[in-house]
Amino acid sequence: MAMIIEMAAVNKWYQSFHVLRDISLEVAQGERIVICGPSGSGKSTLIRCLNRLEEHQSGRIVVDGVELTGDVKKTAAVRREVGMVFQQFNLFPHLTILENCTLAPMQVKHMPQREAAALAMTFLERVRIPEQAQKYPAQLSGGQQQRVAIARALCMKPKIMLFDEPTSALDPEMVNEVLDTMVSLAQDGMTMLVVTHEMGFAREVATRVVFMDSGQIIEIQAPEPFFAAPQHERTKAFLGQLLR
Amino acid sequence: MNADVSRFVARDMAPARSPPVAAAGLWRWLRHNLFQNAASTFLTLTGLGFIALLAPPLWRFLVSDAVWHGGPSACVAASGACWTFIAQKLPFLTYGSYPEAQRWRVDVVVLAGFALIVWLLSPRLAHRNLAAGLFFVAFPVAALVLLHGAPALGLATIDTSLWGGIFVTLLLGLSGIVFSLPLGTALALARRSKLPLIRFAAALFIETVRGVPFITVLFLANFMLPLFVPVTWEPDRLLRPMIGTALFGAAYMAEVVRGGLQALPRGQTEAARALGLSPWASLRRVVLPQALTIVIPGIVNSFIGLFKDTTLVSIVGIFDFLGAAEAARADPKWQGPSIATTGYIFAALFYFCCCYAMSRWSQGLERRLRHGPET
Repeated sequence: MAMIIEMAAVNKWYQSFHVLRDISLEVAQGERIVICGPSGSGKSTLIRCLNRLEEHQSGRIVVDGVELTGDVKKTAAVRREVGMVFQQFNLFPHLTILENCTLAPMQVKHMPQREAAALAMTFLERVRIPEQAQKYPAQLSGGQQQRVAIARALCMKPKIMLFDEPTSALDPEMVNEVLDTMVSLAQDGMTMLVVTHEMGFAREVATRVVFMDSGQIIEIQAPEPFFAAPQHERTKAFLGQLLR
Repeated sequence: MNADVSRFVARDMAPARSPPVAAAGLWRWLRHNLFQNAASTFLTLTGLGFIALLAPPLWRFLVSDAVWHGGPSACVAASGACWTFIAQKLPFLTYGSYPEAQRWRVDVVVLAGFALIVWLLSPRLAHRNLAAGLFFVAFPVAALVLLHGAPALGLATIDTSLWGGIFVTLLLGLSGIVFSLPLGTALALARRSKLPLIRFAAALFIETVRGVPFITVLFLANFMLPLFVPVTWEPDRLLRPMIGTALFGAAYMAEVVRGGLQALPRGQTEAARALGLSPWASLRRVVLPQALTIVIPGIVNSFIGLFKDTTLVSIVGIFDFLGAAEAARADPKWQGPSIATTGYIFAALFYFCCCYAMSRWSQGLERRLRHGPET
């Protein structure tokens, strides 16, 4: 199978702090990778390197056939194919929900406004909030905002979706509406990399689970064996904490 | 441990009730707002005392003892304001020494400018992009041609040394405001640039200009600017302080805008980049609309300061509104004890109205741009 993401011996430092250590990971089209691990282990940094919100200092990252080198055009090409959903939603508060969704298609793909709006409405319907299109982000609940953020990313028709702790900032009763949206996205065959502590989601959706600690990938397993028989001591300790 | 807690828990769904109606009435309002405690009572009474002290003489000077009609002779022994002086000098205060037969040109420019500003600033009117284009490109050119004259079009040339009064004040204030905001925004962005040279140049400019008084900038613009350009290009004597004002305003504006840029959460630019927006698109559509909205009070504060600072241009020989008021009161035909005071009160009223209008407009703008519930 063709690999849509290839990372080979990727290293990254924040000043002298070594955040990513010899990361190598290959993701096939249509895979759903859940990345978990203790906080500060480099999970978010890893996926943020995939659309170059963070720069890596050594190693190779190839996304959909384009190597991220710092070349502005290559970065732009990769960002067009990679959607991202953030922990804090990061919707644009001065734009309506609809405008949040049409901004990138109009600015980046030069799509006519009418067409972009129609596209946005199909994705807002998909995340089940078309009736909120004319409101502003601050008027929506956290769960609704995160679903808009997903729709906004989908409007660029990405091949890959990155999720950086998408449910961590949500009130507990809103977590499921966001997870449901992500599950339905997975069912449609989207390639997804998800940093999350939602182990139920990992069990249900992931093709593989990646466990990270101290900037390293400690373990990669299919979900069944990962939860049933973790290989590494640190994985066991982490899952013990989480599933207690 | 089986204490009875049943009295704490709700048994039925309580229907929503309307909030208690606050006891109304004038007496209640007075108690609440003016006489709540000893300190507020003291302040209220002191305030009333001041009003009682100041209102009657003000009324006498401004209204009952004021001279409303007649010529110079009517004001010779007036104990109140000499409004007839203002009425007769109004053309001079408005146009300076601009030739009387040509003053319609000023009127056209001022009215057109005012109409365009209203069009530009009213959210309900359509085609505001067109208004912006007209205001920022077509209007300045047309205004220059019309005011200065174009012999080819049959408009006599009128030297800027004849320009004066309110119209010059508006010209200086408006050009300062219109140019200082984009210039200041550019400087603020430059000061946050990744390139050290650009950052350093912006910081140097901002700190230098902020470090010297406005008068110094005016003198520099007036006497040094001509030295840097060929004689044939020598900037007009009115253009020089306009440039000085814009640069001075830009330095202050830069720091105001930088505050707004810093207040914006990092996630906003990250989201824009992740969506594939170019740096320019992200700046124009995501960063600046939010950053500038945050600092509207600071921006308008700078505008108001700049507008009032333009009175200093009289030092380099520009005949602005205050200069015209000074000249008018020095007219030997008009001699009376209250002439000077009347002139200054009129000037104060003019500046107050302009500044208050800006302040009110900015408050309305803030309300309009604040989306959704309060955060």
